[in-house]
Amino acid sequence: MAVCKMKHITVFGLRKYRKSIMEHLQRCGVVEIRNTELEDSVFHKQDTSQQSNIFHKNSALAMKAAEIIDNNCDNKKSLLSSFEGRKVISSEDYYKFIDEEEEIMRIGYRVLSLNKSISEEKSEISRLQLQVDSLEPWRNLDISMRFTGTKTTSAFIGILPENQQKEDISNNLSEFFKEKNVEIKGYDIEIISSSKEQTCVFIICLNKDKEYMEAALRFLGFAKPMSPSKATPKERITELKKRIRVYEDNIENYIKEIKGYIGISNALKFMSDYYTMRAEKYEALELLSNSKRTFILTGYISEKDALNLEKDLVNDYYAAVEIEEPNITEDIPVYLKNNSFSSPVENVLETYSLPNKNEIDPTNFMAIFYYIFFGLMFSDAGYGIIMFLVCGILLLKYKNMEDSMKKNLKMFCFCGISTTIWGFLLGSFFGDAVNVIASTFFNKDITLKPLWFSPLDDPMKMLMFSFLLGIIHLFTGLALNAYQLIKHKKYIDVFYDVISWYMIVLGGVLTLLSTSMFADMVGFSKPLPSIVGKISGACAVIGIIVVLFTSGRTSKSPVKRLLKGAYGVYGITSWLSDILSYSRLLALGLSTGVIAQVFNKIGTMFGGGIIGFILFAIIFIIGHSINIGINALGAYVHTNRLQFVEFFNKFYEGGGVKFNPFKINTKYYKIKEDIKNG
Amino acid sequence: MDNLGVVFALIGVALATFMAGIGSAVGVGKAGVAASGVIAEDPSKFGKVLILQLLPATQGIYGLLVSFLVITQIGVLGGDANISIAKGLLYFASCLPIAFAGLFSAIAQSKAAVAGISIVAKRPDQMGKAIILTAMVETYAILALLISILSVFGVKGLAV
Repeated sequence: MAVCKMKHITVFGLRKYRKSIMEHLQRCGVVEIRNTELEDSVFHKQDTSQQSNIFHKNSALAMKAAEIIDNNCDNKKSLLSSFEGRKVISSEDYYKFIDEEEEIMRIGYRVLSLNKSISEEKSEISRLQLQVDSLEPWRNLDISMRFTGTKTTSAFIGILPENQQKEDISNNLSEFFKEKNVEIKGYDIEIISSSKEQTCVFIICLNKDKEYMEAALRFLGFAKPMSPSKATPKERITELKKRIRVYEDNIENYIKEIKGYIGISNALKFMSDYYTMRAEKYEALELLSNSKRTFILTGYISEKDALNLEKDLVNDYYAAVEIEEPNITEDIPVYLKNNSFSSPVENVLETYSLPNKNEIDPTNFMAIFYYIFFGLMFSDAGYGIIMFLVCGILLLKYKNMEDSMKKNLKMFCFCGISTTIWGFLLGSFFGDAVNVIASTFFNKDITLKPLWFSPLDDPMKMLMFSFLLGIIHLFTGLALNAYQLIKHKKYIDVFYDVISWYMIVLGGVLTLLSTSMFADMVGFSKPLPSIVGKISGACAVIGIIVVLFTSGRTSKSPVKRLLKGAYGVYGITSWLSDILSYSRLLALGLSTGVIAQVFNKIGTMFGGGIIGFILFAIIFIIGHSINIGINALGAYVHTNRLQFVEFFNKFYEGGGVKFNPFKINTKYYKIKEDIKNG
Repeated sequence: MDNLGVVFALIGVALATFMAGIGSAVGVGKAGVAASGVIAEDPSKFGKVLILQLLPATQGIYGLLVSFLVITQIGVLGGDANISIAKGLLYFASCLPIAFAGLFSAIAQSKAAVAGISIVAKRPDQMGKAIILTAMVETYAILALLISILSVFGVKGLAV
């Protein structure tokens, strides 16, 4: 229940300490800097976009270079690397890298230009390769492809479509000549090569027949080869291949050189972080107002950090610091602080919306119900244990992981515990695995008895239990609404908006339970005594009357009021659908259990024995993995839905803006606070 | 003719499985197409769009679930597959809610999922909302599932 109290902070400092103060703020990361709207003849803004752009550019450049080195060195990221988080850089390395900034960046540029050359030469190779491929059919031609004939003869070197034999071509030619009524005999056809698509030919004829031959060949679809070379095709191919080899050697050398820089990869990553850091510092500078010798910084800070920071700034940098209550009309950023049990679900709350300034932080209540609902929907002890172990081990192994990842894993860790508990209560351990394994492989009849009851045997009971949980959840939401109303001193509204609904819903439920039909359905041995039914019925009616006459109280006209009141009463249907919505607790819980049973059943279809057992094990592992994946997703999504739609609907609007302090936003390295960043 | 009951029951089983299955297949397919488009632009969003793509997959599973419950109760998987025609028809009717609601809700949900994927493409931080909007559609499949399950369990105890 903790939205941290935020304070408005104003720092007045000397210009000469501005840099060190900004660096101090960036290291501490506790102040969200807001735009100081003060511009006059004395105070003015500073435009730093040019500097920050340069730093951003350098940062991107260093990152690219580091990526190129990593890619060339097969520095494959492992699947688990996303859990590792950023490394903490030692101060020794920090200063060493900064000292070598120029050298590191020179290598960065070098790597980029090498990479550019590689891609250029690769495209050159593929261009040459294309030429080689087009020359390949001409390999057997032992003269230049530009050869046009001797003094008395004319030569045609080119391509005819499709695969043709020498006879085919000469037949075609003589047919053509016959049609044209000319007689040409003195020509020779040589097939250089042929494939399915084309035939490469060398045709020679007398000079006087040149025109007819040309016409005939054109008719047959003759085409001259592209870019004929001066040398013979064979020589040309050798030459081209030589050039390709040169390029390949070059590329190999470039890659070798890039690989040689593997030690610099980390330094480049650091430089990328370093430049980002500096760019952000310059961006923050734009928010300040500066005079010739002083500057003013405004922003927000949480109450607990305020005193420490004030002390540091005043003592070390001779600044004047003013900390005051923020104006209620400002949009104060929201900073949540919760204990380790409920803080994991802060991420879930964030995906909906953070509380606005009039609201309380619902995280604590949400957390309790979140874990319960998730467990009930996932409801299998085996799955719960797996989830708990996986998340737990990851948490223990990767201590350095990012905060939001840590929160998520912790949340699933708690969900795993809850799932395990529900699993044992409802008698599900990998579905009915215990029973199936015992009866198939050991011929024994062992069942894991549920500690409470099995929803497959009595789904109605489970359904009623789900509705009961739902009503508790909704009533909690309503109670939180009452708390908020009281906080804002709207006492009468508590009666109109909260107590009236308690009366309607509780009264309604109890009245239904006093009828024999419903009592029977729920599984009560006999209905509640009729006196209870009468009293609760009266309560419900009073509640309805209250809602009818009060929910339109903001309107002036009595007709409008009554109509709005009637609409308020119509809200009963939304309560009904809200409560029914909790039936998903049963449905999803059953679906986990039943699908697990399906896989167990498929597994046992091969009977007992060793082979049967091996097949069973394979199906067991694959099947349950699928089931865990799909049902964990389902449980997650629908738990969120119950919180966001049903629960929040009763009291929560959200719309707060997240506290976003000015801090070191690095990608690769964590920079410890004791390092003075320059 | 005596065994016609089990025939009706199995037709119900088939309907629940393949109609809900078709719905999910169409739905996941549509969402997958949209998801691929996002991944082509930004492969790092794979995890996010995968979740949205999988949302319409549940209807098929609900269908499978009801089918499995019926199959185990009518004794097709070993045991005595002898139930009356009336009971077979009752099982058949029990399968219908999830068969139809599954088919259409999965397809409708896929439209919401595609829209949700476009939210993720533009504003990945708003993914939670995209999921919730998409999950809303599923409510009706869950309600149908609930009625199907309750009916199947109810029919088991009926003496017809």
